Amino acid sequence: MTGGATHLYVHIPFCASRCDYCDFVSLTDHLDQRKRYVDALLTELELERELLASELDTVYLGGGTPTLLEPELLRALLERLPAAHELTVEANPETVTPGLAEALVEAGVNRVSLGAQSFQPHLLDALGRRAGPSDIRRAIETLGEAGIDNLSLDLLYGIPGQSRRDLGADLDEALASGPEHLSCYELEAKPGTRFSHDHGADLLEQAEVLEDHLELVVERLSASGYRWYETANFARIEPGRDLRSVHNLGYWRGHDYLGLGIGAVSTAADRRWRNAPSLSRYLAALERGEKPPRETEALDEATKLRERLMLGLRLDEPLAIAELESVLDRSALERFVDLGLVAVEGGLMTLSRRGRLLGGAVSSDLIVWSEDSVAA
Amino acid sequence: MDQNKIRNFSIIAHIDHGKSTLADRILELTHAVAKRDMREQVLDSMELERERGITIKAQAVRVQWKGHELNLIDTPGHVDFSYEVSRSLQACEGALLVVDAAQGIEAQTLANAYLAIENDLEIVPVLNKIDLPQADPEGTAIEVAHLLGDQPEHVLAISAKTGQGVEAVLDAVIEKIHAPSGDLTTPARALVFDSSYDQYRGVVAFVRMIDGSFSRRQALKAMALGTEFEPEEIGFFGPGMTPVETLGAGEVGYLVTGLKDVARLRVGDTITTVAEPAAAPLPGYKEVKPMVFAGLFPTDSDAYPELREALEKLKLNDAALLYEPETSQALGFGFRCGFLGLLHMEIVRERLEREFDLDLLVTAPNVAYRVKTQAGAELEVHNPAEMPDDRDEVLEPYIKATVIVPKDFVGSVMELCNDRRGRFDHMEYLSEQRVMLIYELPLGEIVLDFYDQLKSRTRGYASFDYDLSGFRPGDLVRVDILVGGEPVDALSLILHKDRAYDTGRLLVERLRKEIPRQMFDVPIQAAIGSRVIARETVKAKRKDVIAKCYGGDISRKRKLLEKQKKGKKRMKQVGSVEVPQEAFLAVLKLDRGKK
Repeated sequence: MTGGATHLYVHIPFCASRCDYCDFVSLTDHLDQRKRYVDALLTELELERELLASELDTVYLGGGTPTLLEPELLRALLERLPAAHELTVEANPETVTPGLAEALVEAGVNRVSLGAQSFQPHLLDALGRRAGPSDIRRAIETLGEAGIDNLSLDLLYGIPGQSRRDLGADLDEALASGPEHLSCYELEAKPGTRFSHDHGADLLEQAEVLEDHLELVVERLSASGYRWYETANFARIEPGRDLRSVHNLGYWRGHDYLGLGIGAVSTAADRRWRNAPSLSRYLAALERGEKPPRETEALDEATKLRERLMLGLRLDEPLAIAELESVLDRSALERFVDLGLVAVEGGLMTLSRRGRLLGGAVSSDLIVWSEDSVAA
Repeated sequence: MDQNKIRNFSIIAHIDHGKSTLADRILELTHAVAKRDMREQVLDSMELERERGITIKAQAVRVQWKGHELNLIDTPGHVDFSYEVSRSLQACEGALLVVDAAQGIEAQTLANAYLAIENDLEIVPVLNKIDLPQADPEGTAIEVAHLLGDQPEHVLAISAKTGQGVEAVLDAVIEKIHAPSGDLTTPARALVFDSSYDQYRGVVAFVRMIDGSFSRRQALKAMALGTEFEPEEIGFFGPGMTPVETLGAGEVGYLVTGLKDVARLRVGDTITTVAEPAAAPLPGYKEVKPMVFAGLFPTDSDAYPELREALEKLKLNDAALLYEPETSQALGFGFRCGFLGLLHMEIVRERLEREFDLDLLVTAPNVAYRVKTQAGAELEVHNPAEMPDDRDEVLEPYIKATVIVPKDFVGSVMELCNDRRGRFDHMEYLSEQRVMLIYELPLGEIVLDFYDQLKSRTRGYASFDYDLSGFRPGDLVRVDILVGGEPVDALSLILHKDRAYDTGRLLVERLRKEIPRQMFDVPIQAAIGSRVIARETVKAKRKDVIAKCYGGDISRKRKLLEKQKKGKKRMKQVGSVEVPQEAFLAVLKLDRGKK
C-alpha cells in the first residue's frame, strides 16, 4: 500500500494469571523479563519502521495485560511509540489504579478497552477472572475521573451457567455506566483450553440458548442508542463523534497493519506474518538486532478480495459489488436476496439484520473459494 | 475315462457348517493340493468370499480317489444364490449334505436338501464338527435321518477340521453316488453350469459333458444363442487349470472360448459341435429374475463413469446382477440395480467399494412390483418413484420363509412375522428343543430390516431362509417424502396401507434429526398422493457468526469459512435445502421393531 501501514498493534503478553478460556499468547511468569521485552519491542519497531506511514491513524496496545507493565515502563513504551490519532490500551479491571489511569492519560492514551466480561460473581468465577464486580465498577469510575472519555467494555455471553437473565443484568449494568463502546463476544471454547475440558458438555448443549443471547445483545444495545457497526461491536451514537474503533475498522476494511511482539500478526505489502510465540527466541533475536522468527503467508489478489468480502460483511457499511466480482458467487447472492438476508441496491450490497446474525454462513457461501466451481 | 469310474458331486450346507473346510480336506487327502501349498479354503478364491466365509461362484475341481475320478462341484452356500446351487446340482449325480453336529439342521440345510432332492441327486448325509465338545452327533443324526427318510446309522460322522472320517466320505461318494450315464455315441452335448471372465482369455465356460466328447480346436456352438467358437484350450481344474486333449461324457471341465463378449455365452446353454450338432439342447435353467432393487449412487457425482465401469466388470462374473441408469433429482446420476436378494445386494455393494474403491450411497431396497394400470397396461416397477398413479392393481412378491429357532423364541418370531403381514403356514418340531416355522410373507416386508430383527429377537439363534412363492395383490401405497416442499424421489417408499402412517411419521422424525438447520425453515412431509400424513419442521438457525475477528485472526477465520463451505459441498441439494448423505440412509435405519 502506498505510504505504508497506518495501524500499529503492540502485544504485551504478560498476565497475572491465565483465564481459563483464553487462547491468546500470554505468559503468567517471566514478569522479570518485562523490561527486556519492552526494549525488544522497540528494536522490532526500528527494524520494521519502513513499513509504517509517516503519520499513523492508530496505535493499539493489547495483550495479555498491557497494564501489568509497571506504570513507568508503560509510560516509557508509549512515549517511544509513534504518535497516532487514536491510542488504545487494553486493561484488566483489577490493574486500574488512579496512578495507572493518570499515567495513561499523560502518555496520550485516549481510548481504553476494559475487559469486564461480566458483572456476575459466579460467572466471573466460572471464567477464572481475577476481578470481581466491584473492581470493574471502580475501574470504570477511575478511568472516567482521570479523563478517559472513550471507554470500551468487553462482555462475554455463552458462559456456562449464564441464564438469559444473567445476560440481561450484565447488559443493564454495562449500559448504566454509559460506555462509548461495547464489544460482546460469544465465548469461544477453543479445543485445548482448560475451559473446554471442564465445560465441554455444557457448551454443546447451549447452542440454541446462544441464539437467544446474540439476539438479546443486539436488540438491547440497538434500543439503547448503540450502533451495531460490526458483528461483535457496538458504538454509542453521539452527534459529532464517531465512536467506532478506528483501529479495528482498519482490519475490517482490509488496511495494512504492523504488529509487534510475540505472536503478533502483521499484514503489509501482500504478505502476512506471525511472530513465533516464544519469548526467549523473540528476545534473543532482537537482542542480536535481528527480526524475530516468524511464519509468513503470501496474500494473492484473490485471497485479499475474499478477505475483503469476509471482513466487509461483518460491518454495517454497504460493500461495492463491482470490486469483489471475481470472488463473489452470484447465484448464492441471488438466493440470499430472495431469502431477505442481503439487499442489493445501486451496485452495493448490505446484509439485513438476519443476514448479519447468519453472517458466517452467508459469507462462507457468497465467497468463491479456490477450488469452487460456481454453481450454475 | 470310463464313465463308471467317474463321480460328480457337490457339497451343500448351511453357512459355517464346514463345507469349505471339508472341500479343503478332500483336496489334501487326494493330493490335489500338497499340504504345504494348502491355503485355507482353496475353493473360495474371491477375497470377499474368504472373509465372509461364503462361496459365491461355483467352481469344479477334479481329484483322484481309489481309481476313480471325482469331480467336486462347489456351490454357493446362501439362499440368494440358490439358482447357482441348482445349476451346480444339475451337473452332479449326488451331494454331500453337511450338517454341523453342534448346531443341527438349519434353514439353509433344508433349502439345499430340497433342491438336491428336486434334482434327483443321491444325498450322502455327513455330520461335521464332531470334535467339538458341544457336538451332539446322535441327536443331529436323528434330525438328519428324519429329514431324509434314512437311518441315523447311515449318517457319516466326521471332523473336517481334524480330518477324522473324511476318507469314509470319499468312499461313500464312490459307493453311494451313481456314475454318470451319458451316451458316448450320440452328438456331443455339454451343459454350461457356470462361467467366468478372464481379461486376457475371454469367457471361460465351466461345463459338464453329458453326451459325446469335445476335443481341442474343434468348432463348437452354443445352441440357444447360436454363438460359434473354437476353444483355445479345454481342461479341468486340478485345482489349477489343467489342459487336456478331450473331455468325454460324464466329465466336468472348462472351455477357454476366447469370446470377449460375455453376452454371447449364457450359463444354462447347451454346447454341441458345429460338425455334428445335437438334435435338441439339454433342459436349460429357469432364468432367475432379480427381486430386490436399490439405487446406487456415487457420493461424489464425478465418480459416475467409474461406477458404470465397475458394474460392467462385476456383471462379467455375476450374470444375475441387473443395472440400468437412474437419474434422481436428489442424488444425481446413478444406477437402479436388481439383486437376487439382500445378501447379493450387500456383496455387490461391498465389492464395488472394496475392489473398485467407490464411495456409494445405496437407497432403501424395494422389491419388484407387477402393476396393472387402469388403462389395462401391465408393467413391472423396480423403483417406488416410478409407481404409476393410475394403478388398478399391484401385485407384490411373496416368499415362503423357513425359520428354525429354539422353542423358547417361537413366540417372538411369530410376533415379528405377524407384524410383517406374515401368514402362518405350519410349524414342526425338529427335535424337542428346535422348531421349524413356515410363514408366507411379502418379500417387501423383509428387505429392510427383517433379518436384523429376527436375529435380535432370538439372540442370534434363528436361522432363516426363503423361497419365492409367487405374486399376490397387496393394498399398497406410495409414501413420498417432501423436503422444503420438494419431493425427494430417493426417499419414496412403497408400503402397505396400514403401515403407511406410522412409517411416514417415523421417517420424517428421523429426517428432522438428520437434516441440519438451514437459513430458513425446512418443512419435512410424508405424503400419500397430495395428502400429507406426517410433518416436521427443521427450524431455521438464527445465528451463525464468527464471534471475534481481529488482525491476528483473519487467516484462521478465512480458512474456517472455506472449510464450512467444503463441508456443504458434500451434501446433496434438494431444492435449496442442503441434505447430508446420511439422511438418505434414514429410511434404512427405521427401527420398526421398537414401538
